[in-house]
Amino acid sequence: MDTLGLLNYAIFMGVLIGIYALLSLGLNVQWGYAGLFNAGVAGFFAVGAYLSALFTAPPVPDRIMGWELPTGVGWFAAMAAAALIAWPIGKVTLRFRSDYLAIATIGVAEIIRLVLRTEDLLSGGVRGITGIPRPFGDLPYEWSQLAYLGLTWGMVVVIYWALERQLAAPWGRMMRAIRENELAAAAMGKNVEARRLEAFILGAAIMGLAGAVYVHFMRAITPEAIDPMMVTFLVWIMLILGGSGNNRGAILGAVIIWVIWSSSELLTDRLPAEIATQAKYIRVFVIGLMLQLVLRWRPEGLLPEGTHVRRSS
Amino acid sequence: MSGKPHSHRCCARDNIAPVVAKRERTMALLELENLVMAFGGFRAVDGVSLKVEPGTITGLIGPNGAGKTTLFNVIAGAYQPTAGRIRFDGEEITRLRTDERFHRGLVRTFQIPHEFPRLTVLENLMVVPPKQPGEQLWANWFTPGEVARTEAEVRQKAIDVLAFLELTHVMNERAGNLSGGQKKLLELGRTMMTNAKLVLLDEPAAGVNRTLLRKLEEKIQILNREWNYTFILIEHDMEMIEKLCDPVICMAEGKVLIEGDFATVRNDPRVLEAYLGETVHPEVEAAIAEIEELEIEEGNA
Ligand SMILES: Nc1ncnc2c1ncn2[C@@H]1O[C@H](COP(=O)(O)OP(=O)(O)OP(=O)(O)O)[C@@H](O)[C@H]1O
Ligand SMILES: [Mg+2]
Repeated sequence: MDTLGLLNYAIFMGVLIGIYALLSLGLNVQWGYAGLFNAGVAGFFAVGAYLSALFTAPPVPDRIMGWELPTGVGWFAAMAAAALIAWPIGKVTLRFRSDYLAIATIGVAEIIRLVLRTEDLLSGGVRGITGIPRPFGDLPYEWSQLAYLGLTWGMVVVIYWALERQLAAPWGRMMRAIRENELAAAAMGKNVEARRLEAFILGAAIMGLAGAVYVHFMRAITPEAIDPMMVTFLVWIMLILGGSGNNRGAILGAVIIWVIWSSSELLTDRLPAEIATQAKYIRVFVIGLMLQLVLRWRPEGLLPEGTHVRRSS
Repeated sequence: MSGKPHSHRCCARDNIAPVVAKRERTMALLELENLVMAFGGFRAVDGVSLKVEPGTITGLIGPNGAGKTTLFNVIAGAYQPTAGRIRFDGEEITRLRTDERFHRGLVRTFQIPHEFPRLTVLENLMVVPPKQPGEQLWANWFTPGEVARTEAEVRQKAIDVLAFLELTHVMNERAGNLSGGQKKLLELGRTMMTNAKLVLLDEPAAGVNRTLLRKLEEKIQILNREWNYTFILIEHDMEMIEKLCDPVICMAEGKVLIEGDFATVRNDPRVLEAYLGETVHPEVEAAIAEIEELEIEEGNA
């Protein structure tokens, strides 16, 4: 690869890392703050991606939607749709033990994936949706990529800042208290169920946004893109490794894991074909091993939660 | 139960020590009607009916496993009772959630400390006060001034409570790192962060050192007399029960054995029998020894 190619590759990676950082931040709201085990990250990502695509892509004969609305509207719709899906799931499962949420979210994510694959009227089945507009898409290729990198990380910074503010507020303290000891939090007057639902919906909306950012970058989407392995599994590893409960940790985890994941792809692609297929599993193995090591030596992740002591003003 | 409805003044109590004619006949603050809490076939609470008058410190004693803590759990809403009704402050609360009961002025502590381990000691207290505006998701964006003002007040209150409990030096430690006794103090501290009407204290003295214990007793009396807190106090320390509590209720095997003043309860043969029924536990034996000691003291006087 020449220098320009390498640079392009780096920008491409940068955008994907930004998208993963958003997912990881969203999961941090749910797991890190509120202790909610969402095993269906891919589902909320998919809902956001498809919704934004349907709002902004040109119409296709024999299909509904395709409204060619501005991208901003699509992103907003993506967040709203992910939140709307999260609401009933949370409402039904959050009053039970935490494993119910895990099972329900896996189930719903799988249902969403299957619906998207088989359904033709809206999502275009396996063919997916194409022709999705991209902000700054009219610029020359390199500039367009660079501008989108800026936009993605702009979103990361805005979400990071907003979440940090929320976490430092009494809201964050209350959420962490609920996570730490549900019984005591209820005895101290916190409405555990309603507050968990709040965190669950907020996290889901951020995951939906990540889906939207992704879909306008790729300009096309097929059900292949929402592989639970690539989305749910990796995002969990990012958060645990980076340090759950810490927003900076969530972002750091996204950077580290994605760099390892994609650079190992570069390596395995050079292997002979018969080994290359097996090398895929080695990548998963390496990531798993890393997680084991981090959990052994730094159980709270690379950047632990810390104590949010604010200086008295 | 006749008489005037109990009037409560939630807002004034921060500023002035209310002088209330406590002894006038009022409606019971807490009323349990035939409460049953069964775990499978086992009835940990077996048909308890009792009344707690406002302004009292009611002692709740009984051997280990008598069902005292379970009764607290039912009153506070951690368990739904199998049968029976709970009235609090003139309102039926049997079906309310724990947090709804808290907001009506019913606050409890835990026998086994339930701190928030990864929050600091200060945060553990700051999280308690009800209706903090900053707990609303959007308040931090739309009314940051109000949030900051309340936050400063809450912080100051927490700092004062920590000073009283002599926990100032561990203020910024994670609560999970505290010693057992310190955690018990923190439990008590939480109740001081509220405007409670009724406080359920589950063995506040266990594991707390002697000097602080005397201060604790004092503080409970101050809260009771000047702030008009009503208490139910579970304790195995009979000295504390004698000093603070009137009436005293003795439970055994899920039932109320007897209710009366300390002397009456202590001298009741059924109480001794209940304690002697299971001498295996050292805590029970200690309690009996204490009762006997007190009896001897009284005999000498
Ligand atoms: N969740 C539960 N499930 C089953 N049994 C329970 C449960 N909670 C309490 N029990 C049983 O109920 C009985 C009463 O327990 P409880 O904790 O109320 O006793 P206690 O009077 O507080 O005793 P102690 O003085 O030792 O604290 C015990 O036999 C206990 O095993
Ligand atoms: Mg007990």
